[in-house]
Amino acid sequence: MKRYQKLTYLYLSVMMLLLYLPIVLVVVYSFNESKITSVWGGFSLQWYELLFRDQAMFEALKNSVILALSSSLLAAVIGTLAAVGFTRIKPWSKGVVEYVSMLPIMIPEIILGMVFMAYFAMLGLRFGMLTLVLAHTAFCIPYNYMTVKARLVGMDKSLGEAARDLGASEVRVLFDITLPLLAPAVLSGTLLSFAMSFDDVIISLFVTGVNVNTLPIKIYTQMKTGVTPEINALCTVILGATLMLVFFSSVLHRSRAVKSQPAAGDDAVKEELK
Amino acid sequence: MAGNNSIKGKPYGHSLWLMILPLYLFTLALVAGPLLYMVILSFQTRAEGWGIVNQFTVANYINIFEPVYLSTFVESFRLAILCTVLIILFGYPFGYLMATLSPVWKKRVMMLLMIPFWTSSLIRLYGWIIVFRANGTLDQVLMGLGIRDTPLKLLYTYPAVVVGMVYALIQFMILSVYSSAEKLDFSLLEAARDLGASPVQVFFSITLKLTMPGLLSGVILTFIPSMGLFFIADILGGNKVVLVGSLIQDQLMKAHNWPFAAALSVALMLLTTVLIFLYKRITHTTELEGMG
Repeated sequence: MKRYQKLTYLYLSVMMLLLYLPIVLVVVYSFNESKITSVWGGFSLQWYELLFRDQAMFEALKNSVILALSSSLLAAVIGTLAAVGFTRIKPWSKGVVEYVSMLPIMIPEIILGMVFMAYFAMLGLRFGMLTLVLAHTAFCIPYNYMTVKARLVGMDKSLGEAARDLGASEVRVLFDITLPLLAPAVLSGTLLSFAMSFDDVIISLFVTGVNVNTLPIKIYTQMKTGVTPEINALCTVILGATLMLVFFSSVLHRSRAVKSQPAAGDDAVKEELK
Repeated sequence: MAGNNSIKGKPYGHSLWLMILPLYLFTLALVAGPLLYMVILSFQTRAEGWGIVNQFTVANYINIFEPVYLSTFVESFRLAILCTVLIILFGYPFGYLMATLSPVWKKRVMMLLMIPFWTSSLIRLYGWIIVFRANGTLDQVLMGLGIRDTPLKLLYTYPAVVVGMVYALIQFMILSVYSSAEKLDFSLLEAARDLGASPVQVFFSITLKLTMPGLLSGVILTFIPSMGLFFIADILGGNKVVLVGSLIQDQLMKAHNWPFAAALSVALMLLTTVLIFLYKRITHTTELEGMG
């Protein structure tokens, strides 16, 4: 089998290179002096300078942060409470509600976008931040719920039982034992949904109002009209921010994996989430 | 009201119900509600100009079979099949080979795989614009190597869209094949080889069969989105490639024919459901591999 080994590494490396090629190009050309994206004119930070002076960009960034923060926190509360609650009571409707609440990350985004647009219009809601937050919360809940649920499965039940045997109330067990143990998973799920919300373009396009731009919407519209190196710079900044979030989220995951389950569970959760 | 039968006298049962109540309310009002409304909307009549008339009709569904729209479905289907085949060809070996690596490398490759996954799809798409545009990276490499004299100008063409789609979706295939192949007992393969089976035989009668759930789930996870990712077709195809997704968006935003857009969405949802149902029947599983 040894001779296949080299081929395996070669194949995986070539695929990895292709996977990273577009991302690397975006980053590299953001430091390009020349305005023409395909010609290298020397190192420069001028596009970053231009970016940081762009008032509309900052407005969009502000909107994106507000949106991602509110929807990921809202989803954290709803998802975590439900995941914990479902460990203690199992009503017949659990399966149905679980299935339906997961639908937002199962069905094509375009359908979710159109569905929300039509529904909000029917309800007579004003399109803007409110509709954005409601729609984003819908697809953030599954990420949070699944992360917390995965953590609950691997959790040592005897701690809670011991506490109850010693006379602690259900509520006391929840606040003193369950939630502290869950904290890394909750935070990790929240970071994940923050990243998902911060990145979303399709659903946002459908439910946003006339004057409310998020960063991805702004990038999308600019990409359609023409590209400037300023977008490269912006993309690089977002890339850095996302990577930091993901890194932080996975560190939290790891700290949990060490304590409870073999590390393989770590990747399983990430897989499960996608 | 449903609270009576399940808590069975456990203390603090009501506080537990309060915990799951938000999820129930939210799911009802903002997931089930909208989806139900989409179905209702698809049977309503479009008003002259703007708005909807509350009158039952199946015209929206019949409308899908108009040659103009049907051809979009067929075209979109064809593109989705092409992309899925390419994704299998490139993604299956990746997922399988990944499972043969040592635990340390498995983790490393997984990490490397997840990073592009988490970066914005727009950013990755933008990278392909740089590659494909006239005199872009690809043209420069090809001309630099003397393979071509003139730029290929691949941006805004069909192949560009195909590459963009494959690139956007291949991770789903890799991950689901990997999670299937990881459970594979490699000693089975060795045993078969020892007993005289050729590598090809081993692959088709053991490896492929045992990784089939992963492969099929990868197909579903890539095939369905590849009909809806209108923004890839939009940006890399420049309106030359029209997907079902683009059609829905046009009907909604430009033609303002909401009932028809709803009917198209229901059709796409039905197609999705049928595919997932078939998957479960074929593999006898209840969950998609790599989805939980």
